[in-house]
Amino acid sequence: MYEHDVIVVGGGGAGLRAAIAAHEEGADVAIVTKLHPVRSHTGAAEGGINAALQEGDSWQDHAYDTMKGSDYLGDAPAVDTFAQDAPEEVIQLEHWGMPFSREEDGTVSQRPFGGLSFPRTTYAGAETGHHMLHTLYEQVVKRGIEVYDEWYVSQVAVTDEDDPNERDCEGVVAWDVQSGEIAGFRARDGVILATGGLGQAFDHTTNAVANTGDGVAIAYRAGVPMEDMEMIQFHPTTLPSTGVLISEGVRGEGGILYNSEGERFMFEYGYATNDGELASRDVVARAELTEVQEGRGVDDEYVYLDMRHLGEERITDRLENILHLARDFEGVDGLEEPMPVKPGQHYAMGGIEVNEHGETCIDGLYAAGECACVSLHGGNRLGGNALPELLVFGARAGRHAAGADMPEPKIETGPRDDFEREDIGVPVGEPGAREAAADGGAVENPGSDPKAVVEATAEAERERIETLLEREDGVNHADVRADLQESMTENVNVFREEGNLKEALRDIQDARERYQDVYVADKSRTFNTDLQHTIETRNLLDVAEAITMGALARDEFRGAHWRKEHQERKDDEYLKHTLVSWNDGEPELWYRPVILEGDEQTYEPKERSY
Amino acid sequence: MSTQTPDTDSETEQPSSTSHQERRMAEKQARKEQREADEAAAANEIQGETVELKVFRYDPEIEGKEEPRFDSFTVPFEKGMTVLDALIYARDEYDSSLTFRHSCRQAVCGSDAFFVNGSQRLGCQTQIADLDGPVRVEPLPHQEVVKDLVVEMDHFYDQMESVDPFFDTDETPDGEEQRQSRENREEIKLSTRCIWCGACMSSCNIAAGDNQYLGPAAINKAYRFYMDEREGENKRQERLEIIEAEHGVWRCQTQFSCTNVCPKDIPLTEHIQELKREAVKQNLKFW
Repeated sequence: MYEHDVIVVGGGGAGLRAAIAAHEEGADVAIVTKLHPVRSHTGAAEGGINAALQEGDSWQDHAYDTMKGSDYLGDAPAVDTFAQDAPEEVIQLEHWGMPFSREEDGTVSQRPFGGLSFPRTTYAGAETGHHMLHTLYEQVVKRGIEVYDEWYVSQVAVTDEDDPNERDCEGVVAWDVQSGEIAGFRARDGVILATGGLGQAFDHTTNAVANTGDGVAIAYRAGVPMEDMEMIQFHPTTLPSTGVLISEGVRGEGGILYNSEGERFMFEYGYATNDGELASRDVVARAELTEVQEGRGVDDEYVYLDMRHLGEERITDRLENILHLARDFEGVDGLEEPMPVKPGQHYAMGGIEVNEHGETCIDGLYAAGECACVSLHGGNRLGGNALPELLVFGARAGRHAAGADMPEPKIETGPRDDFEREDIGVPVGEPGAREAAADGGAVENPGSDPKAVVEATAEAERERIETLLEREDGVNHADVRADLQESMTENVNVFREEGNLKEALRDIQDARERYQDVYVADKSRTFNTDLQHTIETRNLLDVAEAITMGALARDEFRGAHWRKEHQERKDDEYLKHTLVSWNDGEPELWYRPVILEGDEQTYEPKERSY
Repeated sequence: MSTQTPDTDSETEQPSSTSHQERRMAEKQARKEQREADEAAAANEIQGETVELKVFRYDPEIEGKEEPRFDSFTVPFEKGMTVLDALIYARDEYDSSLTFRHSCRQAVCGSDAFFVNGSQRLGCQTQIADLDGPVRVEPLPHQEVVKDLVVEMDHFYDQMESVDPFFDTDETPDGEEQRQSRENREEIKLSTRCIWCGACMSSCNIAAGDNQYLGPAAINKAYRFYMDEREGENKRQERLEIIEAEHGVWRCQTQFSCTNVCPKDIPLTEHIQELKREAVKQNLKFW
């Protein structure tokens, strides 16, 4: 058994920032990650990092824009904390050597981004995430923080009290992808999940193949609720053939969207008569699909994003990476022709329910970054707000897990008896026996000795993997995954209808049943990606189900969540977060009120126009 | 050598199906077939072609794979298909044990550098249409093979870390950023693009013969900090000593193989040459 004070699961931006913070508090910290840290998908972020740095800007304005962008589903304590901490985090990153783009006077450049009332997006070309990821990893190397790379964490080791609020997290179980060794990792002070996105639940996504919602699913099955999972961001500018992202920075610098008639539809059809292309992402994504549906799309599929008028010099200076992406992945020269773009799954606003210190309802279990829901982004995340979130809440989780003295949190976590519950009336959850061989649910563990809890969880995991490897034939996980992705993209997309959502839930039930017979053809212990992907597919089933349950239950239109039958925001009814608890295989949906009382002001829901 | 063909019977029986479910499954199957037919028709319209992959296979613990061999896979070609797309197709449709690293699919994570038709390339960035068939995919040369296309990267990471690859300034201003000129940022810009894919190291004859040679990627990393005007003077000197030591910059024989294979177009050889000049300048200064 390996042992450290703090174990960080995931080596992307949030995980690295958390590890550095915990290390600075004096903790013995280790990062356990299924990819080497520099392979993490933070590296694919392009546009930038929002922070109120300049004269004339303020954290209050950043907070206001973020709350408005969230369509009033953000929690004010999270939004305020975020906007207050972001500037010092960006300065810290610069002090660590981040190669930001610069102004003539040598200060860090900032550009306009969608939904922002001030040009506050710092950036490093159109490859901001790449530079941020490498800068953070360099600081991890400098500090000698231990990294277990290509170790796949498949369970958290949690005590088995009936009430999730009373459980303790003692560590994780992981296997070494290269050797097949399965080992317990005891965390004396805390486990921080920083596993990133879940875009592989969909088949047209900007997310990496590795973004399979692992942290969300393992926390969920250990008893932590998933929050606001229906809030999925579809980015308006992805390349049609691959889903590769074209940064919002293109529109920030002045890029224009045209339909097949050559019309600047954001203005001409009234989608956003003030901000046009720089309206919030959900607004632009719906506008594009509406154009396509009304017959003004190109090839009935996409629209054009044109940046030619910006000129070669400006494009090369600030958006050079976009030229490479458009050329390599769509065969288009962005200097000579407009780029085809359409909406693609991009980001999960929801995730593991945490408070502003990253704590879940399980003692010693934390989450930060995209896998967490604090809740900052609410119904819709603004471009340039994900990277500062990694920094701010990664650092806070790291500090808290390492024992730093921090004020009482204002956000409550965990289920409570008096919260409103809803039965969605469609079968969900684990079909048949709960003790299925491939199940990853809580195991019975002996009492309160932390090491025994970790070892019991590791032993259960060894049995689960043994069972998967021993089966001689059955269903290939790739077929289950492909059907799931297809159904999610078809039924739980930008435009949602009750019938389609129910169909998706039936497809997920089918997929769960087929997954009971899943088998791993590769019998090797060495670098068995077949086994890893099979386990990831199980995680995708759980997150996809929660996304769809939330979408079916929320009878309104808010942020990224649009419902055909309910095309208005219902503040009387739905100023509340959707939560889904695993409940030992019988998922339960419940609600918690949104917190709109902030540090200096109470945010009043207003009509959201751009 | 084995030649594998598509498994046409991928549907499995449902253990507890109701009539409703059967009907829906049938409808789904019909939709799937229609879609596949549409896709096939579309593919035929463009090319109607297949591509043959010859992929290196090795697994130390699986019978028949302990000795390296090549497997052939015939994959339907689609416009825009990359080597990575073809490998994923072969894995998901024919042989789920086919093993290779990949993640972002957009040339930024650096996981999928392979030896494709005799050259180091990123699988996701290499169009099948640009290659002569059959397409031969092998693991990166000069690195120990773990399994199939997966190579041991620890040595590469060790070399990267041996140049103290982190920013270490003498002092930073309180509460605000350090200044950096646009010119200086431009000077380091290309060097900061490295994605640690290892293609350069694998292509380098010197690195192949001298296991302690820092290699192009690590030297480029040192360049990135050495040339950054924000870097502290002490650290600059320390790092220069590291790169001009016995297995450092002077080993480079300017063959440009690293520069030729770099998927991010970093002028690696030039950066190595510039650091040689810096080393000479510094030595003259202290002489």
